[in-house]
Amino acid sequence: MNNSCIIKINGLVKDYPMGKKFFRALNEINLSVNTGEFCGIVGPSGSGKTTLLNIVGALDNPSDGDAIVMDKNVNDLNPKEAAKLRNESIGFIFQTYNLLPVYSVFENVEFPLLLLKKNKEERKELVMRALEWVGITDKANSRPNQLSGGESQRVAVARAMVKSPTIVIADEPTANLDAANSHNILGTMLRLNNELKTTFLFATHDEKVIGYLRRKVVLNDGRIVDDVKVN
Amino acid sequence: MFLLKLAFRNIAHSGIRAWLNIIALSFAFVAIVLTEGLYDGLSEQVKDAEIDSNVGGGQFWQKNFDPYDPFTFDMSHSVIPADLNKEIEKGNASPVMIVSASIFPEHHIQSVRINGIDPDQKVVNLPAAILKGYSDTDYIPGFIGSRMAKNSGLKTGDYVSTRWRNIKGTFDAGDIRIIKIIDIAAPLNDREQIWIPLDKLRKMMQATGQATLIILKKNVDKINTISSDWVFKDQDFLLKDLNENIKRKKIYSTFFYIILLGIALLAVFDAQVLSIFKRRKEIGTLIALGMTNWSVNLLFAFEGCMIGLFSLFAAVLYGFPLLYYLAKKGIVLPTMVQQSQFAIGLTLYPKYGLKLFIMTGMILIVSVFIVSFLPTRRITKLNPTAALKGK
Repeated sequence: MNNSCIIKINGLVKDYPMGKKFFRALNEINLSVNTGEFCGIVGPSGSGKTTLLNIVGALDNPSDGDAIVMDKNVNDLNPKEAAKLRNESIGFIFQTYNLLPVYSVFENVEFPLLLLKKNKEERKELVMRALEWVGITDKANSRPNQLSGGESQRVAVARAMVKSPTIVIADEPTANLDAANSHNILGTMLRLNNELKTTFLFATHDEKVIGYLRRKVVLNDGRIVDDVKVN
Repeated sequence: MFLLKLAFRNIAHSGIRAWLNIIALSFAFVAIVLTEGLYDGLSEQVKDAEIDSNVGGGQFWQKNFDPYDPFTFDMSHSVIPADLNKEIEKGNASPVMIVSASIFPEHHIQSVRINGIDPDQKVVNLPAAILKGYSDTDYIPGFIGSRMAKNSGLKTGDYVSTRWRNIKGTFDAGDIRIIKIIDIAAPLNDREQIWIPLDKLRKMMQATGQATLIILKKNVDKINTISSDWVFKDQDFLLKDLNENIKRKKIYSTFFYIILLGIALLAVFDAQVLSIFKRRKEIGTLIALGMTNWSVNLLFAFEGCMIGLFSLFAAVLYGFPLLYYLAKKGIVLPTMVQQSQFAIGLTLYPKYGLKLFIMTGMILIVSVFIVSFLPTRRITKLNPTAALKGK
């Protein structure tokens, strides 16, 4: 396994305008994440976890500093290049699953492959493989509104993993799940991390998730206050 | 292509709102085509009726005749020249004598135009034949149109005292008996007019062999005459006022067209704005999955455009049979419309041209695309991180 640095953050600052003043959500963040890490940004609500993940996911731009993801500085990317980076290399898992409501499970998982312009045969094979990873092949034709929370999140994991991304960004993935489903999802993600060497970057304040992390970066009031490796 | 497929998929899987939009738009399309078809049919029918019952293939007017100036009527009689008489004998033309007169229905006085027509004529669509067989009566047989009957209060069988001035300038009087009241399509042949046999009128006027105008048969080309007393007026001249009237009415039709289209487009615009508001989270997700704001923007615009296309398809499905049925069977007009100043029959037949379908379809599609695209512009300004939270 190549343990090269995949995410490099230097002096990252993010300010949000609040009336005539600015609210500093991230303050001088310095962080490196290597390939294959199972890393969590931990901290209370409002500590800047989601903001940091959004910048790493090229969904947002920093106010100052650099966020270099796979050798690309997010600040320098135009919308098309940012979309390409997300499309090809980053998978997202959201707290509220964010499944496309009019599509079936199969079509939801297939969607990133459509954007990558994979052919039909390849799409089918990759989707079924991803659904197998999360153990939900029997729900392939179901609609999101027919799924439980745990099943929905498993579909979201399959959708994030189907294109074998280099990085998976998971923002509070278990916040809406009960304990059993949370462990199930986290177990699946850990297994995929082991098998596929995908880098996982979480934002969480859920103790269940924290128990699975191999690296814990603690954020408070927009600053990193601790960064520990867990065996 | 990918976006088109996605747009199709989104529409196909979307809820009742999109389909209601499609149905509303298709109604607008059918209503626009029907309205325009009714208007075009009306215009054509009015013209045809005017040609059939009044204008014919053109008219020779006695040089003093001015239909808008009743004072000219007394001076507008001339002997029909031999060359035109030949055409009348062949059945290609028919003479009409026009005289201004006064009638006294129910002790009132009313100015009228008395038209003398040959009961054997087949040139214009007027039931002149009902005037046959009254040559020996001591009264003057006449028929009037329903509009005239309504205005004057005359009924079938009524006698009405009539006063006129013959060509020598002497006042004369007699009784006209209304032998029939008929529905005359062309109002110009109806209001303030009484139709009597030409021979009777000539006798009344002491104007043997004379006429005011000679109407040519519809499909007869212009006939030449050497007489300088007669001036030829072609169809374009005779229909000039009508054509201008039709043009003026077309403005109302266009206004209605714009209103209908506007309502339909407003519905699409409203639905699109609502859709973008409700689907913010989906928009954020699409961007997170790797779409650019611009492509999401286009996706929504294509969805709107497809709604337009589907509505056209729906309109074709149910609209064509309906429009075809109405074109074949026609729409029976209420009495009020029949009494209007237009020459329309009892039934109005809508007329639709291919141009109407294509133009309306294209205008609908293009405008739907524009109104679908306009609200989507805000997607390009949408912050994906806020959109992901549905904000």
